Amino acid sequence: MINDLPKIAIRFVALILLQVLVLNNVAFSGSINPYLYILFILMLPFDSPKWLPLVSAFFLGLSIDIFTSTVGMHAAASLFMAYSRNYLLKLFAPRDGYDPILSPTIQDMGLVWFLSYSSILTFLHHAFLFTIELFRFTEFFSTLGRALLSSLFTIVLILISQLLIYRKK
Amino acid sequence: MRNIVNFLWKNNFTILFLILEFIAFTLLIQTNRFHKASFVSNANAMSGGVYSAYSSVTDYLQLKRVSEEVAAENAKLKSASSLSFIKMRGKHVYIDDTLYFQQYKYLSAKVVNNSVHKRNNHIIINQGAEQGIKPGMGVISSKGLVGLVKDVSAHYSAVVSVLNGNTQISVKLKKNNYFGIMSWESDDNSTTATVNKIPSHVDLQVGDTVLSKGASTIFPEGILAGTVSEFKAIPGSDFYNIKIELTTNFNNLSYVYIVKNLLKTEQQELEEKIEENND
Repeated sequence: MINDLPKIAIRFVALILLQVLVLNNVAFSGSINPYLYILFILMLPFDSPKWLPLVSAFFLGLSIDIFTSTVGMHAAASLFMAYSRNYLLKLFAPRDGYDPILSPTIQDMGLVWFLSYSSILTFLHHAFLFTIELFRFTEFFSTLGRALLSSLFTIVLILISQLLIYRKK
Repeated sequence: MRNIVNFLWKNNFTILFLILEFIAFTLLIQTNRFHKASFVSNANAMSGGVYSAYSSVTDYLQLKRVSEEVAAENAKLKSASSLSFIKMRGKHVYIDDTLYFQQYKYLSAKVVNNSVHKRNNHIIINQGAEQGIKPGMGVISSKGLVGLVKDVSAHYSAVVSVLNGNTQISVKLKKNNYFGIMSWESDDNSTTATVNKIPSHVDLQVGDTVLSKGASTIFPEGILAGTVSEFKAIPGSDFYNIKIELTTNFNNLSYVYIVKNLLKTEQQELEEKIEENND
């Protein structure tokens, strides 16, 4: 965990810059936007102390917010995601717990585990984000549709990034 | 007491979550309130700086289009200048300085960041409080309406673009001056907007021009908003639901003008006086 800290810090900055400078300008058919920055929360090590995902998710979201003039929105959504992650990890835990050497990646945990883990959290994040972006429930179904499509987009990017970075072991 | 401490300790994860979530929502609600400057202003020096550096690179890709737009606008202004008119008759020309009083001043600014795909879109421009920008000023481009200044820092301003769920701008039809309210609804995309409150007995055609009404203190009268692309009468009401094609292209917006109304306080004071008398 301690050895990973510099790597985690670099990932934090790199994902924010990637999101703000590149991905915020990418959109399919108008309103479908990928939010790859949440990959940071997905990839936090299993043995990180409980407060770390919450606090880092808050500052991650806040950094994105400062760049997109939506102060508090991404912070709230990322926090919700980090909070859910804790329970999802418990739900998906192997019988004898997580091996601290392993990290939550395709290589270590397998495609099925990673795909269900990341897609559930991504959808939770996106649905939460789009709902508070509207701040009302009148356009509920169009919001849900946007969340679903954007989630698909994000998950594809997450998978691609995993394959690119961790091709060789 | 010990039970409470135990309870808090056992649930510290959830409590930390709730505290942080509370902070996030407080920020969200505070900054959503119009005209409210917050301590994490969304036009702050850090994000503005990063965006400036970024757009200094991407600007090169837009130079051709921008220079064409500037040339077109120059041509328009040149043809409107007094040098391009000849005197038709009479030997004396009156120049009466008190006849015209300048009401609007324009300040040019560059767009350093712009979004069009969200439900509530914002634009960051590189002019701020030091150049005299204040929240509430209107923003236009050479082609039409752009938005409203929401937040300013020393050198940057955040503009609520027309492509925003909170936008409401009063507009009118060019041909008969009937007025309505322009907003951006969930079925609009980055090139369209919706106009409501135009009565359904008005003669309306696809292609009609929609202009800013100029009743508020924000935009001058007659700034282009868009052209009617489709309309239908709302059943059971006396109003049309009109979709317009925006004249401003938000997808490649790069230079805008901020409108400063020199008579704003005067008009507002008068309006406030009327409201006080009504109470």
